[in-house]
Amino acid sequence: MSEARQFKYVGQRSIRPDGFDKVTGRANFGADLSLPGMIWGKILRSPHAHAWIKSIDTSRAEAHPGVMSVATFDDMAAVSSESISAGEGATDLRDLARNCLAQDKVLYHGHAVAAVAARTERIAEEALDLIDVQYEVLAPVMDVRDAMEAGAPVLHDDMFTEGLPETPEKPSNIATRAELKKGDVEQGFAEADLIIERDFYTPTVHQGYIEPHACTVRYDPDGQSMVWCCTQGHFDVRASTSRLLGIELSKLKVIASEIGGGFGGKTTIYLEPVALILSKKSGRPVKMVMDRDEVFRASGPGSATRNHVKIGAKKDGTITAMQAKLCYEAGAFKGSPMMPGCMSIFTPYDVENAYVEGYDVVVNKPKVAAYRAPGAPQAEFAAETVVNELAAELGIDPIDMRLKNAAKEGTQTLYGPKLKPVGLVECLEAAKNSDHYKSALKENQGRGVASGFWFNIGGPSSVIINMHPDGTATVVEGSPDIGGSRASMALMAAEELGLSLEKINLIVADTESLAYSATTGGSRTTFATGMAVIEAAQDAVQQMKERAASVWNVTAEQVDWVDGVAINTTGDEKLTAAEICQGADRTGGQISGRGNINARGAGPSFAVHIADVEVDKETGYTHVVRYTAIQDAGKAIHPSYVEGQFQGGAVQGIGWALNEEYIYNKDGVMENPGFLDYRIPLASDLPMIDTIIVEVPNAFHPFGVRGVGETGIVPPLAAVTTAVGQAIGVAMYELPCSPPKIIKAIKDAAA
Amino acid sequence: MPKAHVTTIVNGYEVEFLCEPHETLLDVLRNSLNLTGTKEGCSTGDCGACSVTLDGRLVCSCLVLAPEVEGRDIGTIEGIADKEHLHVIQQKFLEHAALQCGICTPGLIVSTKALLEENPDPTEEQARYYLAGNLCRCTGYDKIIRAVLDAAETMRAETLKEGA
Repeated sequence: MSEARQFKYVGQRSIRPDGFDKVTGRANFGADLSLPGMIWGKILRSPHAHAWIKSIDTSRAEAHPGVMSVATFDDMAAVSSESISAGEGATDLRDLARNCLAQDKVLYHGHAVAAVAARTERIAEEALDLIDVQYEVLAPVMDVRDAMEAGAPVLHDDMFTEGLPETPEKPSNIATRAELKKGDVEQGFAEADLIIERDFYTPTVHQGYIEPHACTVRYDPDGQSMVWCCTQGHFDVRASTSRLLGIELSKLKVIASEIGGGFGGKTTIYLEPVALILSKKSGRPVKMVMDRDEVFRASGPGSATRNHVKIGAKKDGTITAMQAKLCYEAGAFKGSPMMPGCMSIFTPYDVENAYVEGYDVVVNKPKVAAYRAPGAPQAEFAAETVVNELAAELGIDPIDMRLKNAAKEGTQTLYGPKLKPVGLVECLEAAKNSDHYKSALKENQGRGVASGFWFNIGGPSSVIINMHPDGTATVVEGSPDIGGSRASMALMAAEELGLSLEKINLIVADTESLAYSATTGGSRTTFATGMAVIEAAQDAVQQMKERAASVWNVTAEQVDWVDGVAINTTGDEKLTAAEICQGADRTGGQISGRGNINARGAGPSFAVHIADVEVDKETGYTHVVRYTAIQDAGKAIHPSYVEGQFQGGAVQGIGWALNEEYIYNKDGVMENPGFLDYRIPLASDLPMIDTIIVEVPNAFHPFGVRGVGETGIVPPLAAVTTAVGQAIGVAMYELPCSPPKIIKAIKDAAA
Repeated sequence: MPKAHVTTIVNGYEVEFLCEPHETLLDVLRNSLNLTGTKEGCSTGDCGACSVTLDGRLVCSCLVLAPEVEGRDIGTIEGIADKEHLHVIQQKFLEHAALQCGICTPGLIVSTKALLEENPDPTEEQARYYLAGNLCRCTGYDKIIRAVLDAAETMRAETLKEGA
């Protein structure tokens, strides 16, 4: 890329293309579509955390005059164990089926058992009570530590730990063991002047999107069935749903509605196959919308973890060895983000010796889904906290400690590649030079800093740009817009086409109108789909240059393209995009640019956060009084939405650090499945979230873009808890640092 | 149980609907009147996505029973803009990028309008507490609060101009 490129549109704080619809209530989200003849589906959920299903009798429900169809696992197509793409990471098809509707065992409280479709939502709900299910209740196992013990209740008697030298003879709850190493940690620890090791706990948390899962579907026995749903990736919904229905991929059209938040939680399916079965059996379109209670009990969540970290350093702050054991809860089925946790935990550090072992463990909780930088916040929380303690013990400023050991271009990562140019050092320096870091603290206040890393991904994206006779362009993309990405796409298209923003229209197309595009996740969209937009725009410009060249009888190389106008460099003629497109039929037909790519080279994004908190030692209430998020964006296409990602990630992390947790009773029933008791941050909990955008360009993107969506949730856990620890004089290793935990920590320390 | 017949005012126009006694105002707005701009996030009054005004008072429409709105005056997100002209609050939300996914936005705009009618010059803290019933999971509220305070300032200036 050309470092010196001067941008005309990129970098503007433009109004988003979908803005009018979103502020007037016109935008249609998952639950907003109704169809003629539509009926409502509801799901019967398990009242037990762990039980055999002895029998399901749906006859009384089917006899209800308002009920039009009933579904159970037996209505799904037979599928065997097979790994399929599911947005961020992979999932097992058979597990996916058994999560949508339980087969012979319920594995968590709220696990779907059967479904009913009826004339009204109310009747469907009432009819659920008419389904008779006989259970044989089993003891649940609710914590990763308990689940790993010999003699623990086993969820799946056909699951044998993978990743061991020899496959064990007995089934267990440990799905996978993994390890990563570089150098020699024993030697590294021998060289250390100070070694600190700690145990950490992070609870089950939820992505907490405000829009519940919802879909409206219509099964068509002859032609093409339709799913309208809120999802981060409708192409992957098509792939997995068609498999569970046993229909061909092309017999299912999936339309992505506007999406009311996802944060990784809408990269999988729950309702879609069930709704299609109900539609197939009733001959009616079916709408299904989860209650908030169902969202908490049966979708998401993010893994609870128990992690152990040991780090050694010399007196001058040089880190000599880093070691971790990471245990992740997967929920009911294997597939926690343990691996990205292992891979990310020590990446901010250029350390010679490192060793990580990880365990993916099933427990009687809902199957976890991706949650913003999946796996990284839990792991890096542990590492960053220990680094802060080492710095404090050694009398070194925590930012200086990080600068001394910072990962940079050429650093050998634990997970494989050497880093290309990255912006961690620049973020640390910006943090150190910030007014915030230089400011003084008051009584009962503490300050914490932490760094964070996330890989970011690329992958396939398809974009078509259709040129119109009035010289405007429609960008057709396949990435659901979850946080304002249309605004970034419009800016990149405008830049490359040389057309002003009001001449760019944006469409997120359905699975028929465009070739496959990977799910919005992994902070990939502005990077990868943005690259496809640029390529499609370049293709359209090239075609317009060729058309102008044919009119002028010159070659395309003799035509310049400046601000949406073709210029004949051999004369003084000009043709605007509108003129070229109006005359397109005379020069070879209408013009569409195409950018179907598989994007490689997603640049990692590092962040550094500074948190100041004030703790009321009587009530244990923590107030975040000042917060700064610093992160490398590569190139900020739309700075406001980049800042918004930093701020949103920071605040989700603040919630994780201070308040959020699933609270289970002894029977494995979640006791706080609502926003009143599962308390996500409110406007009144927070200060302004200051941001500093660092721009170290990603050489693999034409404009230098790095994904920015996920890294921001990684640093807050350690930054906030370190600040709390400093304020109360007691270090905190268990999340959340809620008032009861803080009061107990203060009391225990005093005793 | 027979359906109730309800006559009410929505966004300045008289409407009639039939509803079952258990149905909420939110159900009726979304499912009977096709006013889907009002969103359902929790149905327990905790998230504010369904915020509307009832006789000028800010309420969660999921906590109001539909038969209760007989003869009342309801304001929803669909009534905030003056046809194609956005309200200052809507314009400021866009200028400040105060929305990411946009699901909480209708409720926040309705609540902000109620706030500024009650208190045209709120402090940051007053705005944060007034809007504490409207959950947003995307933005961290920073840009929302900036949009609200900017809208307040613009609206005060417009009022002064009109008065002069």
